[in-house]
Amino acid sequence: MAKKTAAAKRVGMEVSIAVSYAVQLARAEAIAAYPITPQTHIVEHLSSLVANGELDAEFVNVESEHSAISTCIGMSAAGARTYTATSSQGLALMNEILYIVSAMRFPIVMTVANRALSAPLSIWNDHSDIMGARDIGWIQVFVENGQEAFDHSVMAFKIAENHEVLLPIIVNLDGFILSHVVEALEMVDQATVDKFLPPYVPLHRLDPRNPVTMGAFALPEIYTEVKMNHQVTLTKSYDHILKVWDEWGKLTGRQYHPVERYRTEDAKILLLIMGSLAEVAEIAVDEMRDQGLPVGLLKLRMWRPFPFKDLRDAVNGAELLIVCDRALSLGGVGGPVMSEVRSALYPMAQKPATLGYIIGLGGRDVNPGNIKDIVARAQQEASQGPQEEFHLYGVRG
Amino acid sequence: MEKFGYAQSQKFDTYASRLMPRQEYFTMGHRACQGCGEALAVRWVTKAIGKDAIIAHATGCMEIVSSGMPQTAWMHPWIHVAFENTAAVASGIETGLKILERKGKLAGPMPKVVAMGGDGGTSDIGLQALSGAMERGHNFTYVCWDNEAYMNTGIQRSSSTPYGAMTTTSPPGKKSIGQSTWKKNMVHIAVAHGIPYVATASPSYIFDLYFKVRKALETPGPAYIHVLSVCPTGWRSATDMSVRLGRLAVETGIFPLYEVVDGRYRLTVEVPKMRPVRDYLKLQGRFRHLRDPEINLIQRHTEANYKLLLEKCQAPFPEFPPMFPPEEPELVAGA
Repeated sequence: MAKKTAAAKRVGMEVSIAVSYAVQLARAEAIAAYPITPQTHIVEHLSSLVANGELDAEFVNVESEHSAISTCIGMSAAGARTYTATSSQGLALMNEILYIVSAMRFPIVMTVANRALSAPLSIWNDHSDIMGARDIGWIQVFVENGQEAFDHSVMAFKIAENHEVLLPIIVNLDGFILSHVVEALEMVDQATVDKFLPPYVPLHRLDPRNPVTMGAFALPEIYTEVKMNHQVTLTKSYDHILKVWDEWGKLTGRQYHPVERYRTEDAKILLLIMGSLAEVAEIAVDEMRDQGLPVGLLKLRMWRPFPFKDLRDAVNGAELLIVCDRALSLGGVGGPVMSEVRSALYPMAQKPATLGYIIGLGGRDVNPGNIKDIVARAQQEASQGPQEEFHLYGVRG
Repeated sequence: MEKFGYAQSQKFDTYASRLMPRQEYFTMGHRACQGCGEALAVRWVTKAIGKDAIIAHATGCMEIVSSGMPQTAWMHPWIHVAFENTAAVASGIETGLKILERKGKLAGPMPKVVAMGGDGGTSDIGLQALSGAMERGHNFTYVCWDNEAYMNTGIQRSSSTPYGAMTTTSPPGKKSIGQSTWKKNMVHIAVAHGIPYVATASPSYIFDLYFKVRKALETPGPAYIHVLSVCPTGWRSATDMSVRLGRLAVETGIFPLYEVVDGRYRLTVEVPKMRPVRDYLKLQGRFRHLRDPEINLIQRHTEANYKLLLEKCQAPFPEFPPMFPPEEPELVAGA
């Protein structure tokens, strides 16, 4: 289907299917995955592409997510272009290995269809899962709609496999709200992707003709240096990510930025949101602008490496910044994104007051009215001085 | 050394190093303890594996003693990821090689894939990953180094620790005889997966070990080899007794050497006259606290298991040692 689609033609498609076509167009060679809602449609479709011979790859049905990511390490270490997808409990089960993937520099691409963590069990969307994996040392991006999910799934391979980068990437897309929605999106044809994304050439791989030891342990004399190396590489990957996004922008006309801005010109009040909820916030911003309120919206696309400079530039001139988190850091400052944003802005001489609102946990619906209500409450709070560390918006009892 | 009577394994006397490959793949300079039976096993298993192979290793003794950055004792391409996922990593390597070969991206012969792990990494924390890999039918060989406890972390009990053994987490005391459970039978678990080749082996029987590894590698599909690895540090045994203890484990029937090819059992080292388990236990400090009733219990248990195995092998029963002191009358339920 994707092969027949001409460039720039819009087709209606479920976002999960679009992601699997992106992985097909990227000519992924090895996939290991375990079923977990709401990621399943992606790997179901990929396994049928492999079964039909439309994608020349090996698909391994493993017995857990822990083994999924471990098998991916083996595939990548052998020298194959490797992909997997997961959600929620699956990501949590992978957690131990996620740190190892990035530290051992395997350019694995993973889609996380974001979902709440248990207990109580919830299959619905929020960002609890990925916020628990914040420090795993991977490149992490968030997408807002199906088009972005498709685009970033292709670009991820090119970023990850750059020999200056060689880091794994997570493309975060909201479970159900994005993964299961049918959207009109522009596909890119195979020839264009082939030109954009050359075959994977591993820098190191397990090869008897050139034997190497991978995963040696470190004594205290060297451990810190290894971590510093990882830190520098991840921070520097910023330049390569932007280069790839620019190239894609020229190719497709869709240009991406670490911090996307929506109606931020002369905005005194800014909302900062990650993921698909930004589309809801756009409607709210439009309505508030119509009423004469100087509100703008920032969408944090690049989560790791954290885009300090872009964020500081983006908030410059604003008086109030409202960060809407989709996860709760229990017993702490509330939202993990708010915490990081506030910390990133702290060195600025002139900085906006930063308030945190936690919304949409466990799939609770958020509508434009809620966003407008949050802005009104935040304005009041800013004028009176913050009463609480954060707000769990809309909570009963 | 006894001149007659016990295991045919006395033929180890005929062992000649020139009959074995000279190439070393597990090199000198690693940090294994003196008398380590596991390091000995690794050396001979890697020789049997030969050049064209990739090894995935679990966290554990052999990983720690051999791969301190920036040094390595491994001449093979070798990867360590974590404790419990070695079979999954090996699955990935095998799958990756398969697609690369199909796409013509692999120069040279298809490497063999070997996974290695200790008894904890195999029969406890790594059992799920191993079960998954065996069920999926990857073409790989899994070698378990069984030193019967978590030696690397300081001799804690595993499910592979034998009954009665003292470990730091199964200490004998007024209300404990040490390890209170019987050793988990990993070989039976592997056989239950219906894989084409399963075997037990010991570095005290090098030819037997060598040919089993060759056979496992040449068998398409998953193969499992369970290697008893004497651990002087954890077993509280003399460092010069490691090879002897390996033989005694076979001669007493505690660790019989056999293979299971496509579900058919065959004893590879026959023992016409069994030694009493006491001969094996008394050389190890970890069993020092055991008294006659426990030793007899171990003797009975060992004999029962050995008979079950021989029935599967359709082999004649050997001569078993007499009980000493005579067996206690069995308790009657409700009495």
